[in-house]
Amino acid sequence: MSRAMLYDSTLCIGCKSCESGCAERWGLPYNDKIAAEETISAHKLTAVETHGERYSRRLCMNCEQPACASVCPVGALQKTALGPVIYDADKCMGCRYCMQACPFQVPSYEWDKRLPKMRKCDMCYERQSQGKQTACAEACPVGATVCGERDELLVEARKRIAEKPGGYYNKVYGVKEAGGTSVLYLSAVPFEQIGLRTNVPMEALPETTWRVLELVPDIVSTGTVLLGGIWWISNRRAEVAKKEGRRR
Amino acid sequence: MTPQFPRLQFPKLQFPKLTVWRVIFAAIMLSGLYATYLRVMYGLGGSTNLSDKFPWGLWIGFDVMCGVGLAAGGFTLVAMVHIFNIEAYKPVLRPAILTAFLGYTLVTVGLLYDLGRPDRLWHPLVMWNPHSVMFEVAWCVTLYSTVLFLEFLPMVFEKFGLHKPLEWIHKISVPLMILGVLLSTLHQSSLGTLFLIVPQKLYALWYTPILPVLFWVSAIAVGLAMTIFESWHSSRAFGRALELPLLASIGRVLAVVLSVYLWIRFLDLSHRHVFGLLGLNRTETWLFGLEIVLMAIPTVLLFQARVRMRPTALYACAVMVVFAFITNRLNVGITGLEAGSGTHYIPKWSEVAVTLSIVAGGFAIFHFVAQNFPVFEAAHEASHVELEAQEEDPVAV
Repeated sequence: MSRAMLYDSTLCIGCKSCESGCAERWGLPYNDKIAAEETISAHKLTAVETHGERYSRRLCMNCEQPACASVCPVGALQKTALGPVIYDADKCMGCRYCMQACPFQVPSYEWDKRLPKMRKCDMCYERQSQGKQTACAEACPVGATVCGERDELLVEARKRIAEKPGGYYNKVYGVKEAGGTSVLYLSAVPFEQIGLRTNVPMEALPETTWRVLELVPDIVSTGTVLLGGIWWISNRRAEVAKKEGRRR
Repeated sequence: MTPQFPRLQFPKLQFPKLTVWRVIFAAIMLSGLYATYLRVMYGLGGSTNLSDKFPWGLWIGFDVMCGVGLAAGGFTLVAMVHIFNIEAYKPVLRPAILTAFLGYTLVTVGLLYDLGRPDRLWHPLVMWNPHSVMFEVAWCVTLYSTVLFLEFLPMVFEKFGLHKPLEWIHKISVPLMILGVLLSTLHQSSLGTLFLIVPQKLYALWYTPILPVLFWVSAIAVGLAMTIFESWHSSRAFGRALELPLLASIGRVLAVVLSVYLWIRFLDLSHRHVFGLLGLNRTETWLFGLEIVLMAIPTVLLFQARVRMRPTALYACAVMVVFAFITNRLNVGITGLEAGSGTHYIPKWSEVAVTLSIVAGGFAIFHFVAQNFPVFEAAHEASHVELEAQEEDPVAV
């Protein structure tokens, strides 16, 4: 069982309470100017987007099998059993491979700092481990963002679609995307119309590199025997040639 | 060899003669210095055009990805000379090892610019994540740099007449060389594996599950091309005679490696059914074309003996291979990712300045070391009988 969030864009009224709740939880500044920004960045870890008359939210998807955590060379990113993907800034060396690897382009970097960190939503790991809701879910006045167990939220999402088939696009975003995410979306229209990526692979991304990486021990052992053997044979030939006084 | 008192030739302290190249060199170094100031004082934001959508730029795409590849001559020639025991290639082994050692050192310098926290460069050695390709690359590069340092040491020991350590290092040389070849195989290919995690981002002409194989084979090719490139330049710089028969024979090997590479590339594109993409009038199509043409021309030319035996033509082929390689790495590391990232990236002047400084620095250090250490004298070590044999043997050409 792991924690997750369900965002129902048909309920969202675009009040941006989630944004201010998030800013408060991270101790980040929040004002009208920042509220007007519709992209996530190092100083804004969730953003409400306007798509015509509909709204959508961007935040870290806290993937079930996160690409960011698999590529991090120092293990600064971890998928917790609780659900959130957490970040240890003290380990991070700033290679930004997590940013390159994320299929949702979520991680942001503090580009202008001399000692920068990566920044992303961690689904309020601390609050959730104390049994509290995420700051955004708590701040939402209409229940567009709710927080709970992933299995239960999935059941809830499917129930909403079944009860109001005309009101929803008949899919839950995040079930299979990138191997499954901890943030699930409901929408009235196809997902690309509310700015969600539909070209995201349906397999867990860490597999793509692990398929090659797991061959390393085989390559090393086979390579040692092969190269050692070639050396042994070619060296022996050279020695024999020398003894016989022939030119090779 | 009679023990001689070691003497290093530093440039004389009087004001150096002004030449065009020296002025260009000084200009590059000064701009690099100012760019370094910007990097230190204003961070990556003040010195690069990188963004959240495009987190890797020229410093990764060129300094690291091309840098590591251009240094691949080290492992290719070590394998040929010491493992396959083809003594004929010995005269170009040391310059290749020197290039590799310098190359990896400069890659590290490039990384110090690119990492957000360069003071934590050592973290992957202590904080492990075996699932990360970058972790594997970090370990391989660290270990291989150590191996290269040990392979380079004999030149220093010879220079200073230190026979004891020289003997000692000769004793461990075979396992050392095998280790070097293995580490190189791993990380040269892993630089391709790095991009397997972005199937939705990297343009389909480049994204393939066999990227690691393509990276490895092209690294071998460019390693050979760089060997020809270096020998040609150093023969001009130091007034040495060019080892033409030897280089021609390397050109022959290069032709075969390039053919293998192009064939794998063709098979890959056809198995993935992406030839249709070549009909699209997109930047990616043209850059892909450039890469393939730059690779195909020298392949065809190098199969002809009269091209291999003409120093200028041979050199031109090597240069084309180097450029084809650089185009490929930049395509995979930068341009091929632009459309998928939904943004454009053009490096800031300071990114270019740092990169040029690193390249210029590399040339200068190579020149200094080659002037002062027995880099190009390794031929003396090979028995004269063998050298004569080479000259007489038409097969080696």
